[in-house]
Amino acid sequence: MNSAERLDFDVIVAGGGLVGSSTALMLARRGLKVGLFERRYCGAQASGVNYGGVRTQGRPVEQLPLAIRARALWSRLPELVDTDGELVVSGHLRLGRSDADMAALEAYARVANPFGLGLRVTGGAAFRERYPWLGAAAFGGSLCPTDGHANPRIVSPAFARAARAAGADIREQTAVTGLRHDGSRFVVSAQHDSGARIDARSTWLVNAAGAWGNTIAGQFGETAPIEPIYPNMLVTEPLPRFIEHNLGVYGGGVYARQVTRGNVVIGGGRGTGDGEYAQPLTDTTRRVMRVACELLPALREALVIRTWTGVEGRTPDDNPIIGASTTTPNLLHAFGFSGGGFLLAPGVGDVLAEIIATGETHTPLDAFGIGRFLAASATTFATTPDTTTTHPSTESHE
Amino acid sequence: MTSSHTNQFVRMAEKERARVNYFIDGQPATGLLGDTLLTAVMLAARRVHDSDFTGEPRGGFCLMGACQDCWVQLEDGPRVRACSTPLADGMRVLTQSRPVVAA
Amino acid sequence: MKPATVVIVGAGPAGVRAAETLVAAGVRPVLIDEAARAGGQIYRQPPEGAGFVRTKSELYGFEAGKADALHGAMVRIAGKIDYRPRTLVWAVGRNTLDTLRDGQQESVPFTHLLIASGATDRILPFSGWTRPGVYSLGAAQIALKSQGCAIGARVVFAGTGPLLYLVAYQYAKAGARVEAVLDTNAFSRQAAATPKLLKSPSTFGKGLYYVSWLIAHGVRIERGVTLLAAEGERAVSGVRFGRGGKEHSIACDAIGFGYGLRAETQLADLAGCAFRFDALNRAWLPERDIAGRTSVPNIYLAGDGAGIAGADAAELAGRRAALALLEDTGHRVPAGAAALEKKLADIARFRAGLEQAFALPADCTAAWPDDMTVCRCEEVDAGTLRRCIRNGEAREINRLKALTRVGMGRCQGRMCGAAAAELLSAETGRPVSDVGRLRGQAPVKPVPISLAFTAGDDAPLASPDDSDE
Repeated sequence: MNSAERLDFDVIVAGGGLVGSSTALMLARRGLKVGLFERRYCGAQASGVNYGGVRTQGRPVEQLPLAIRARALWSRLPELVDTDGELVVSGHLRLGRSDADMAALEAYARVANPFGLGLRVTGGAAFRERYPWLGAAAFGGSLCPTDGHANPRIVSPAFARAARAAGADIREQTAVTGLRHDGSRFVVSAQHDSGARIDARSTWLVNAAGAWGNTIAGQFGETAPIEPIYPNMLVTEPLPRFIEHNLGVYGGGVYARQVTRGNVVIGGGRGTGDGEYAQPLTDTTRRVMRVACELLPALREALVIRTWTGVEGRTPDDNPIIGASTTTPNLLHAFGFSGGGFLLAPGVGDVLAEIIATGETHTPLDAFGIGRFLAASATTFATTPDTTTTHPSTESHE
Repeated sequence: MTSSHTNQFVRMAEKERARVNYFIDGQPATGLLGDTLLTAVMLAARRVHDSDFTGEPRGGFCLMGACQDCWVQLEDGPRVRACSTPLADGMRVLTQSRPVVAA
Repeated sequence: MKPATVVIVGAGPAGVRAAETLVAAGVRPVLIDEAARAGGQIYRQPPEGAGFVRTKSELYGFEAGKADALHGAMVRIAGKIDYRPRTLVWAVGRNTLDTLRDGQQESVPFTHLLIASGATDRILPFSGWTRPGVYSLGAAQIALKSQGCAIGARVVFAGTGPLLYLVAYQYAKAGARVEAVLDTNAFSRQAAATPKLLKSPSTFGKGLYYVSWLIAHGVRIERGVTLLAAEGERAVSGVRFGRGGKEHSIACDAIGFGYGLRAETQLADLAGCAFRFDALNRAWLPERDIAGRTSVPNIYLAGDGAGIAGADAAELAGRRAALALLEDTGHRVPAGAAALEKKLADIARFRAGLEQAFALPADCTAAWPDDMTVCRCEEVDAGTLRRCIRNGEAREINRLKALTRVGMGRCQGRMCGAAAAELLSAETGRPVSDVGRLRGQAPVKPVPISLAFTAGDDAPLASPDDSDE
């Protein structure tokens, strides 16, 4: 048996999704020595197969400062990661389908606009005239002009590449096999698919393990009531461009965007899974097709060419878990993004790097502490997949 | 050497069949009963649609519903895969760029 | 044991013989097929009731007897099965199939599923292969057999494999002008493979017959060629190839090409079957045993959809899988399994000889210029793929797909998957088996959104949904 590779870092990041990769990048840019372990490929999980919405609108108000900070980083993607990630600043149009929905959109705009979202709510005849391609089911909508969408398949790997280029030690196909704090440092053992072992130490540990974040949290005596969810996605063949904005609806259920090449990506509802692997469901797909056509009648004759899903971690209040551990110093959690992580992730990485480098951050994270669940209920229904599991597939969900 | 043909396919057999009248890009055309839409169009032309991104001409490829490179639009809306769609009387197929959706 | 609902997907040789075997045992399977008539590809029938008059001998040549027997079997059982032609199976769930017929969705429940999904041509690209006038060998055969048409007035056939010579022969015999047959394999390969090929003397004999006939009728045959380009701006006007260190051109208006066959495995993937890389097929295939059982207890495979073995093997495998199905559903199982398995093993040895005789061009990617289209759906060229691989951005096919879009279009990698794998292998110096595999996903072929408006389809969402992305 070969001996393990012995490594020392300032920070170890567990998980190579967009959150972990952006954290590694931001830390490396600040001159810290970072190691990242990802058991498959960076950006292969939720980061790579999510809807691709770059959206500040619609978030609970406590997320808005972080969302604004993240949105500013999105505009700097070419400088940070050498690609624009196919970001389209299309605006996000959140549709209302009833008078009650419209009232709710107006109320949200009053609360959110002080943060700088620039929301404009319109309805009635002016709305119909402005958007002839929207179906009668759309009473009106709230437009956030600075929101948009991007390509998750290229953004996440780009952050990992940039982190590596900035000096981070990014290890793919490398699962964390053991984690503990020995009183002064984190002791992390990991193993590459080839069998090569790693024995690492670090001052800080960032838990960015996505839907599997609870496994790591559990190692340190704190778990969160995370449930795995499987957002059902479908995509059409390339169509002539007609959907101007990234679309959502108040109350949820369907969201749609049209990429530059013309394909329309539509999400809504849930697939099925076991916490580790997931599949889309055709019942969901067909239901979402109907709902989408209520809003976008022109889709009716379009061809769907693929459906997919991914594994996301969802919290009971749909807010992420970001911030310090309640049990262990120098442990930061960043997981459970409940389907809304794509926009936030670059900001999360920046915030975590700021905390580690300076000891604090000006972006409020109080609403996201892992401790907020401990008082509420002792039960958890998280799955605890074995982080050492090897499996035949690599990017299995999409 | 460039070809002077205006049609890709050539009928070799089975020529005694009923005629079917249809339209390509609004122009009347005829095929025979039992032709697929792709066969009919390729007997009249050397392309059945243009590629999505560079607009280069395509004439189908596998003829067995695998390559998906013969999808065309009918004037009344539906998309059909030409190689597996029987030619029908009155069919109106569009081979040029797809009509603008909605608006 | 509760009554089984047996569904067979595919009415080619494997599916029809499986259905026949089940019917004989008193089972009434559902038989779903995408085509309008049974027969699969090799025994494809012309459209019914349209005045097609050619005899089976004219259509199928030496295979007329087998074709007729298969068609006859289908006629005999049609009234005893739930036969659903012109029906696409677009998804497989735990115990339900999603199907599409005439624009309508129908969910088909099953307890036991036999997938006999057949094969397509195996394609490796060459410059200009997306031009009108370039077709697969299978397409060329379908045009003639099922539509009475040649793919062009002056046709060149290219690539390798027994189908190359068969289709060239069929065209020449039908009076089409065959300018040349260009085989990427040298004659010496076929000679060296002869001992294995003699395992199936009649098949071997037929192969020799086609070649001899072509030569005797003055058709130019070139071997050991490298296929370089289809010439012509808007459509094919010629083909350029390399042989003996020189480049040659032949004027033509159509090229039919292919390099053997590739299995259609998407349904098996959706059904959850385990896959492994098969060296002979140079492809990932769903695992099955000699009886056709897979890693999933109620899923069975038969025919070319599980690995290329030809029509005779497909019929045998269809029967054998039906026997396994009967056993697993508590029926009395007629004898014959061992005999079927012996014949399948014999054919397998012959197949090894075929692969040796008609191997894929070694180092095929070397001849691909950077501006050659690899993925015809998404229009991704070889240079884009090479740059991505050489930059270290992708060493595995799903990552290559995510970054370059290869395999992401309407055909979902059917036509470009092999090429992408060969490029990854060549550029990273690893065997094709190590570069990953593209996963099948629903819908296995494009389906219109309008299918969701089938009357009565008000399937609820699987769980409460308040997603708001």
